Amino acid sequence: MSERLDQSIPDLVTRFPEWVRLDERAGYAGFVVAADHLITVAWALRDEFGYDYLSSITAVDYLPEDCLEVVYHLYRSIGGGALVLKVRTGRAQSRVPSLVHLYPGAELQEREVWDLLGVHFSGHPDLRRILTWEGFAGHPLRKDWREPFFEEEVKPYKSRWPEGQPRRIEDQNPYQNNLAYPAGFDAESWTPDGDEALYSTLTRGTGQNGLRTDQMIVNLGPQHPSTHGVFRIVALLDGETVVDLKPVMGYLHRNHEKIGERNTFLQNMPFTDRLDYINSMSNNFGYALTVERLLGIRPTERAEYLRVIMAELTRVLNHLFAVGFLLNDLGAFFTPMIYVIEERELILDIFEAVSGSRMMCNYFRFGGVSRDLPAGIEQKIRDLVFDRLPRKIEELDAYLTGNEIVRARCEGVGVLTAAQAVALSTSGPVLRASGIPYDIRRADPYSIYDRFDFDVCVRYHGDIYDRYLIRLEEARQSLRILAQALKDLPEGPILAGKPQHTVRVPAGEAYGRVEGPKGELGYYVVSNGKANPWRYHVRAPSFINLTALAEMSRGGKIADVVTILGSIDIVLGEIDR
Amino acid sequence: MTQSDPSSPRYDIPPELQGQVAVTTLDRIYNWSRSNSIWPMMFGLACCAIEMIATAASRYDFSRFGMEVMRASPRQADVMIVSGTVTKKMVPQIVRLYNQMSEPKYVLAMGACASGGGPFKEGYTVVPGVDRFLPVDVYIPGCPPTPQALLHGLITLQRKMQQESLKTSPWYREKTSTPIPVPILGPDLIDPRQYDLIRRQNELAAQAEAEAAAAAAAAEAAGGMPAEEESHE
Repeated sequence: MSERLDQSIPDLVTRFPEWVRLDERAGYAGFVVAADHLITVAWALRDEFGYDYLSSITAVDYLPEDCLEVVYHLYRSIGGGALVLKVRTGRAQSRVPSLVHLYPGAELQEREVWDLLGVHFSGHPDLRRILTWEGFAGHPLRKDWREPFFEEEVKPYKSRWPEGQPRRIEDQNPYQNNLAYPAGFDAESWTPDGDEALYSTLTRGTGQNGLRTDQMIVNLGPQHPSTHGVFRIVALLDGETVVDLKPVMGYLHRNHEKIGERNTFLQNMPFTDRLDYINSMSNNFGYALTVERLLGIRPTERAEYLRVIMAELTRVLNHLFAVGFLLNDLGAFFTPMIYVIEERELILDIFEAVSGSRMMCNYFRFGGVSRDLPAGIEQKIRDLVFDRLPRKIEELDAYLTGNEIVRARCEGVGVLTAAQAVALSTSGPVLRASGIPYDIRRADPYSIYDRFDFDVCVRYHGDIYDRYLIRLEEARQSLRILAQALKDLPEGPILAGKPQHTVRVPAGEAYGRVEGPKGELGYYVVSNGKANPWRYHVRAPSFINLTALAEMSRGGKIADVVTILGSIDIVLGEIDR
Repeated sequence: MTQSDPSSPRYDIPPELQGQVAVTTLDRIYNWSRSNSIWPMMFGLACCAIEMIATAASRYDFSRFGMEVMRASPRQADVMIVSGTVTKKMVPQIVRLYNQMSEPKYVLAMGACASGGGPFKEGYTVVPGVDRFLPVDVYIPGCPPTPQALLHGLITLQRKMQQESLKTSPWYREKTSTPIPVPILGPDLIDPRQYDLIRRQNELAAQAEAEAAAAAAAAEAAGGMPAEEESHE
């Protein structure tokens, strides 16, 4: 499959011989583009070669070579493998042209790269910090930037057990806390940045029907019952109508990537659980696939099936949860939630039995899974898949789909057209509800999804109602996959080779992506041949789907913003990482 | 009822009221009613919040213990369940919310992150434990704690409340309590209570730098002198 796709990658070197060259480092792929000509190349890729979907932007700090490398992953929305572009820039004076005007979906991702790695994107309309705050000192993902609780470059830390005596890192910091200030910092006269810079980026409208109206700024969150966590929305309102809107995030920025680059490869597995904490199994899946790609190994046959079973159960769980939350946001407070949590508990029972934890499963290993199914669990899964869950999905469908309030509040609200959905790099149910039948399980198959018979759900209105219907339909399709996987589940070992705590990963890069319940979940991992990843980046679907929030909300009512947010189905652990 | 009955109030109760009247202390009845109607604040931070929702739902159902009324406004809440990782960007809001809660108020640190930073403790934007800012009443271990563990934590809080007395409770004193100063976001998180410490650290650092510079100059002078002498010769 991948060979055929590789042939379809356009020959950019012949097209732009002066600006583009192949990335010839061992273990790397893609094209290196001269920074000054990035826009021309991207323009040709989008309009001539059909690479209309800019999935992921990240950067790597190659400190020994004294350069930053921005990495772009582009796809065709009709399916196929990735085209990788790389742009190199100096560390001291980093300047790369922004792609926001070609691919609006780049907006939040470029801000993130600026914030964490300090790559300046010229031409970006709103290049402010996104995960940290204005005034934060330094760009934390640079390799020479050290956190206040710094111990060593990589784990395992020697300091933890010197001669059997654990040492607390707090005792080595003058504040007994993870704090560090620049030399000579005068804390008392410091005035923090207000939100003026943020508010000034809102585009003010011209008033309605020729009337001169007053526009006001309303903040929702970060503590607000409808924002699904610590998310903040700044909306500019004219009466009740949303004129412009900005998502503000970073209130749960837990430094997954910095910690991940200190960790060994396997130590990152439990951290992936805590990204999208509703779907730990599918997070494990993406990371395991990526590192396996670097290692060049395949999991055993039984492990492949177990992985698919767990990932699809997760998808059912997530979609039920998302529907429950959407109804919460619509005002049906907690009653639908109680229905869906009942089913979630039954699925979590299975996860607890196989992995030992309800939510943070840490179940996948490189080359397999950590434990086999305990006695009786297969029957439990069968009962759920063949009997209970189909009934319960139909029950939700019967109660909700025809409900007058649901239809009145959801139909035609928060519309995202197909062109917008692709341009804004949305993925998962949001993309498919806008009429793009793009599902990575089909478009760029991974694991053993090419063996199963299922439909890629697609709907065409792009409104909240379609996103809701897509989720129900996908849960049904997941049950179809589960039924086939349970039928074919072979006996055999669950792990290729011996269990290892430390794996030596060959130098190189890998980007692995799975169709997570919320959209394309990608991991970009760079190894320099040691026991720890040099770069560990997560392409979080709900983060990038939020780029479309403003587009969906403009012109609507403020009350609908809450529902639109519910229909995107965000989880903050993944947005802020 | 004999005199030796320990539950006897030692009063003469008319026969028609026997079995109808209970005599207890004001503290007991007050704490009994309070501890069985703890309203948590509807406020989730991270992964633990999902387990908190699960605790509110049908299988675990914390309304059995009088906690079903989750309030989105801090003014109406009795207990703040800090359910997840506290980051430096969020902690000013958390402190503000705590200050806005009316007394008596309690804080429950749910999970490893809220208790001590958890797996993200070394992170540059993570506060290693909410107890750096708020007085925590009950810590619940786990990552995330199971709903059973959260229930156990809430029941522990109830026990704690039942042992309180109106006479000694700080919130019935004449002096009103002072709010916790809200931290400020600078190059790193600034706790206004630590201004002195930051200044002292700056002085120490400047002093160390001056000493190092002086030592370097002395070393250079000592190392440079013989060379100069040699060149002169």
